[in-house]
Amino acid sequence: MLRGKAFKFGDNISTDHITPGRLAHLRSNLPELAKHVLEDADPTFASRVKAGDFIVAGNNFGLGSSREHAPLVIKMVGVNAILAKSVARIFFRNAINLGLPVLICNTDNIDDGDELEVDLARGTVNDITRANQLTFGKLPEVMLHILNEGGLIPYIKKYGDFKL
Amino acid sequence: MTLAEKILAAHTDKKKVSPGEFINVRVDLILANDITAPIAIREFQRIGVDKVFDPKKVVMVPDHFVPNKDIASAEQAKLMREFAREQEILYFEVGQMGIEHVLLPEQGLVLPGDVVIGADSHTCTYGALGAFATGMGSTDIAAAMATGDIWMKVPPTIKLIYHGNLGKWVSGKDLILYTISNIGVDGALYSAMEFVGEAIDTLSIDSRFTMANMAIEAGAKAGLFRVDNKTQLYVKSRAKRPYLVYEPDNDAEYSQVIEYDVSLLEPQVALPHSPANTKPVSQVENIDINQAVIGSCTNGRLEDLRIAAQILKGRKVHPEVRCIIIPGSQQVYLDALVEGLIEAFIKAGAAVSTPTCGPCLGGHMGVLAAGERCISTTNRNFVGRMGSPKSEVYLANPAVAAASAIMGRITSPGEILG
Repeated sequence: MLRGKAFKFGDNISTDHITPGRLAHLRSNLPELAKHVLEDADPTFASRVKAGDFIVAGNNFGLGSSREHAPLVIKMVGVNAILAKSVARIFFRNAINLGLPVLICNTDNIDDGDELEVDLARGTVNDITRANQLTFGKLPEVMLHILNEGGLIPYIKKYGDFKL
Repeated sequence: MTLAEKILAAHTDKKKVSPGEFINVRVDLILANDITAPIAIREFQRIGVDKVFDPKKVVMVPDHFVPNKDIASAEQAKLMREFAREQEILYFEVGQMGIEHVLLPEQGLVLPGDVVIGADSHTCTYGALGAFATGMGSTDIAAAMATGDIWMKVPPTIKLIYHGNLGKWVSGKDLILYTISNIGVDGALYSAMEFVGEAIDTLSIDSRFTMANMAIEAGAKAGLFRVDNKTQLYVKSRAKRPYLVYEPDNDAEYSQVIEYDVSLLEPQVALPHSPANTKPVSQVENIDINQAVIGSCTNGRLEDLRIAAQILKGRKVHPEVRCIIIPGSQQVYLDALVEGLIEAFIKAGAAVSTPTCGPCLGGHMGVLAAGERCISTTNRNFVGRMGSPKSEVYLANPAVAAASAIMGRITSPGEILG
């Protein structure tokens, strides 16, 4: 069971919102880059987010670059999972490959600051603040396996190849 | 099967694949650049294998921050170079280096029928040659470097038919901007786009690269063109290995068929801060610019520079505009030099740079200050893309960018050349 606070974002949050290109000089200094996570979408996010919190977004979260720094710094600041109506495909793969859960569900009724409880195994989100329960779509099996192994590298180490 | 399904099926042990199916795909080429390769190399080493699955099928191109912009860039290029040497894989050093998606097709490294994965979202560019090419992250690339395989979900295919003949100054850039504005930045999410129609048949290969390049800007996994005589002509002199041409079946199933009549289409301009926020250039009036960038994996090819030179030759860049022109590869640079294009640019007062992604991602060679505005032939105009989050990027074709550089405001090339 994961528990934390919702940080609400809108549609089409790009990888440039998450890790702006102008900070590329920090790309080999991830702890420093993480201090700017999502800066161009919400300049206060990095200072407010706490380990265990959730990013809650609308459609097409993570569109743009294939830069893995984007999901990496989100994971580094301790975000438990990303909840979104839809997620851009490269970002989706990258997040799962790094062991960061991405849950596809209707996020319209979750508000910024809501206290959430997520049960990954049962596929439910409990919005404690609003006493509202949601379900999220099951991940494809291959992604679930990768996530369960803690990411793609431990998965490949264990199986040697993709087991579909 | 659609073109995408045909190519994917041929890279599995299956005779047929269908949208939604999960498959293990054998890859023909794997690519990484100086932003993504360092992470891919680190993850590859964590897997614990010594050698990449096939050194002939892995390519590394330092193009984003090279020639080294700063110490971090130098360290990353060094790491890539050493790994490439140790693994005996192809690495393009400064002097041979170009923007990856301009360079690889030009060098005959990607061919029709290939499956290509690259740790760069614009890997979809190679769809112009009838390849299935898609961008992924560094960790996927690391796994593929070790195994030669990658898992994929077979995408549904959207067929886009373009009827009519293109007007003057209208190119692949305008078709793709128009399409993205019509279907949205997630209009093709997880899908393959297949571009057909008489307007597509008449498009040059360079213009097809531009269109396929921006398929990702509609959320697509790939953007594909069928192979025709133009493709064959482009590929024939470059290919150093055999390749197969795939055709979609007559009974191929498409998730959507979208038709456009583009006879009356004007050059398009995407306003901040989305490639979908597109208007015809005639409706974008009196917007002063500080900078014009002509180049990138979208529009840094010879045809693009020829068009820019047609407009800039014998004229002067507006005194309050910095015009930056970046040939996409050394070959493009050399061809442009021999043709006199570079001389025309310099005499017009433009800065010409060695190939790099540079300003497109706000990296170097043309970063914007707060309040500044740039017209650019690149592919993204998200908040802060080219520098300050308070700057603005307008996307357009090279003719519009060149004309705007002269006038100091966004304008149609028609205003200068009729």
